[in-house]
Amino acid sequence: MVQLKVNGVTRKFEGDPEMPLLWYLRDSLEMTGTKYGCGMGLCGACTVHVDGKAVRSCQTTMANAAGKSVVTIEGLKGQHPLQKAWMAASVPQCGYCQSGQIMQAAALLKEKSKPTDKDIDEAMQGNICRCGTYGRIRTAIKTAAGVKA
Amino acid sequence: MSTMKVMERRAFLKYTFSAGALILGTHVEAWASDADNAAFHPDVFVGIQPTGEVIIVAHRSEMGTGSKSTLPMVVADELDADWKKVRVEQAIGDEKYGSQNTDGSCSIRDFVAIMKIAGATARTMLETAAAQKWNVPASECKAQLGFIVHAKSGKKAGFGELAAAAAKLPVPDKATLKFKPESEYRYINKNVPMVDQQDIIEGKGVFGMDAKMPGMLVASIEHSPVYGGKLGSFDAAEAKKVAGVRDVIVLDAFKPPHNFQPLGGVAVLADHTWAALQGRKKLKVEWDLGPNASYDSDRYSESLLATAKKPGKVVRNHGDVEAGFASAAKIHEASYSTPLLSHAPMETPAAVAEFKDGKVVCHAATQNPQAVQETVAGALGIDKKNVICHVTLLGGGFGRKSKPDYVAEAALLSKKVGKPVKVVWSREDDIRNDFYHSTAGMYMKAGLDASGKPTSWLHRSVFPSIGTTFDDKAEYGMDLEMGMGWNDLPFDIPNHRAENGPAKNHIRIGWLRAVANIYHAFAIHSFTDELAHLAGKDPIEYTLGLIGPGRKIEMTPVGMPYWNHNQKQSDFPVDTARLRNVIDLVANKSGWANRKTEKGHGWGFAAHRSFLTYVAVVTEVKVDGAGRVTIPNMHIAVDAGQTYNHDRVLAQFEGASVFGTSIAMMSEISVKDGKVQQSNFHNYRVARLPEAPMKTHIHLVPSKELAAGVGEPGVPPVPPSIANAIFAATGKRVRDLPLRNTKLV
Repeated sequence: MVQLKVNGVTRKFEGDPEMPLLWYLRDSLEMTGTKYGCGMGLCGACTVHVDGKAVRSCQTTMANAAGKSVVTIEGLKGQHPLQKAWMAASVPQCGYCQSGQIMQAAALLKEKSKPTDKDIDEAMQGNICRCGTYGRIRTAIKTAAGVKA
Repeated sequence: MSTMKVMERRAFLKYTFSAGALILGTHVEAWASDADNAAFHPDVFVGIQPTGEVIIVAHRSEMGTGSKSTLPMVVADELDADWKKVRVEQAIGDEKYGSQNTDGSCSIRDFVAIMKIAGATARTMLETAAAQKWNVPASECKAQLGFIVHAKSGKKAGFGELAAAAAKLPVPDKATLKFKPESEYRYINKNVPMVDQQDIIEGKGVFGMDAKMPGMLVASIEHSPVYGGKLGSFDAAEAKKVAGVRDVIVLDAFKPPHNFQPLGGVAVLADHTWAALQGRKKLKVEWDLGPNASYDSDRYSESLLATAKKPGKVVRNHGDVEAGFASAAKIHEASYSTPLLSHAPMETPAAVAEFKDGKVVCHAATQNPQAVQETVAGALGIDKKNVICHVTLLGGGFGRKSKPDYVAEAALLSKKVGKPVKVVWSREDDIRNDFYHSTAGMYMKAGLDASGKPTSWLHRSVFPSIGTTFDDKAEYGMDLEMGMGWNDLPFDIPNHRAENGPAKNHIRIGWLRAVANIYHAFAIHSFTDELAHLAGKDPIEYTLGLIGPGRKIEMTPVGMPYWNHNQKQSDFPVDTARLRNVIDLVANKSGWANRKTEKGHGWGFAAHRSFLTYVAVVTEVKVDGAGRVTIPNMHIAVDAGQTYNHDRVLAQFEGASVFGTSIAMMSEISVKDGKVQQSNFHNYRVARLPEAPMKTHIHLVPSKELAAGVGEPGVPPVPPSIANAIFAATGKRVRDLPLRNTKLV
């Protein structure tokens, strides 16, 4: 049995410990804000925080998540400064990748509260947006961080 | 838009959508929307509840362009509703709304006049109801943010209070409607956020991948690795041992032509997605791969180029090209090649469906719910009226999700298993079994006068056609493929010929954002840049010389076959003045004339009319010592006619800069032994944040012309602008996409 916390709530899981956290969140907990995009850790759509660090939930097994604290996009409750900056900049187009983008950016700001363009390039290069909202993602991160665009 | 133009549009739309894009007073039948059920619903697109809530139906799919929000905003503005009291309801598939095929950059173009009529009709009836109630002239009653106000007496009534009385009134003649002046718009072009924006940012938006039905199974389907392959034998014993796997079901192969039919294959059905994916891995399947197993995309590209060297079917002809070549001071020739591309929307195809009592209810990420009705009905042998298609948000579409094969898979499996079934395509399924953007081989030849200007122009283009979707024997392009930025090229050259060579197809070909414009724009605008350099002229000045003076081109006399997106020339002429204007604008805004020439930097230009919109691009690239390309700046000037959601229009062109960068730099599908070689984002590359233009500057021309298109026309000029910039930076002329296949230093 695997025990973990998801958005502050303790959960128990008795299924296949090799199942990726992604499918546990989506299919078992019906928290569908975390998205499937590639299943190989290549696109970032499934990004969540595990013990405060951004990880790809499609590459994190339930066994790896045991005893850890998981935060998903639902856990930010719309109150994160990045979510407000995302609203102000009207970042989303189709919106499918945006949960992962926001979770990745939130982890960046935890580590570097005033990121440079290079920091943003490095932190965000694993998150694909096929609609091409990258320019506004950069703007919104800077707005939330209070650095000059 | 002037009232007269609205009337012309309406007459046209009436002709186009004779099945009834606008059906006032339509009665609710079996599958009513909330708008239909409202106390007052003067139009299929709008209803008003006694509470004052205004329900506006969005009949087009939302895949990121904002059309689900923009069209309802037009209704709300004409009605003078309070946007805070508006509920936008996504329509199910139903022909009563007119076309719901969210494709071709036409949501605003085809429906904005209809939305204005919907809003103005409801407003007029509410004003009349108030006037009768207060016994005052209707002309003195005016809608104001959800109320009807009579200024003289100070009387005021909410829309909800008046709804019942308004519902009893006759629907006014469209010709009598009065429309709001632009100065009174509250929502149009005021950058009101998309209705789903907050949900998306909070992770609450419901996409096809997120849709569910009680008791559903999740299916993962093994398709033939080669197009047209048939199932030989399979062994599902190990798959069925996986915990959670409930069933393994064979889906029959399609019958040619494939149209939107499911491919056929072996489906693993399970309690949840992970079990379905694990079970699928344990399947042992043997395929009879069929005649396409010898398809090799490298050899195929060579054959397209070889065909392009030979005369083909003449699809545009004006003057005497051969005579022009014979008398030319100089001849320049070049061949260009572009690969197959995959749409790769971030959300892979996904849908859930339940077959029960002879009917199908489904929830799907689809660009075209009416095609879902037809395709599912065809697959199950039922009437399309018995297919109810709810449309979710789409995690990208780009043309892939107009083809509802995956929805029919879900419906077929549900019928076989007796439960709702959700079909989830993996990324590998998506990349390996797409309806690919066509590969093309093109040959260009120009006869030049002493100044370096062409007097004779030949463009041969060879590509497997989208038409093979509907006719598997098709070998020549469809009118739309030839009319997209190729045989409507507005260059002022006395001798001009275009020829289309034959190409047999070996894979599913489909339309992808900007379609045939992509390869034609790459060849034409790269070749133009080559000619400019050959003549020692500035590429922008040279291009303006080719376009000639500002004029509305009469297409027939210059040999242009008429397609023009099926629009009238009187509404949407080929207007070189507008093309010249966006070129001047992009030159000025980018600082083209004073561009810096530091080492490794290069500037490139391209301008293209597509989807009735005029776009000019200037791109600055930087190529470092290792040959790595970055794009510090991209300027895009746009004349899309009148726009209705300024910020979303900008967003579409920002997105096009990235989509076009992917096409130029890195995206490529290749095929060996009939099998697609790419499978996921490690080998099907799309632009990531540091690879996208660092700064994209959109310059939108304010315009009163009819709304044209914005979703697609930004894409075509981007790849040639990048290739031309790379030539300026490195002296390397890249004639094959993607650019990453060419060593730049």
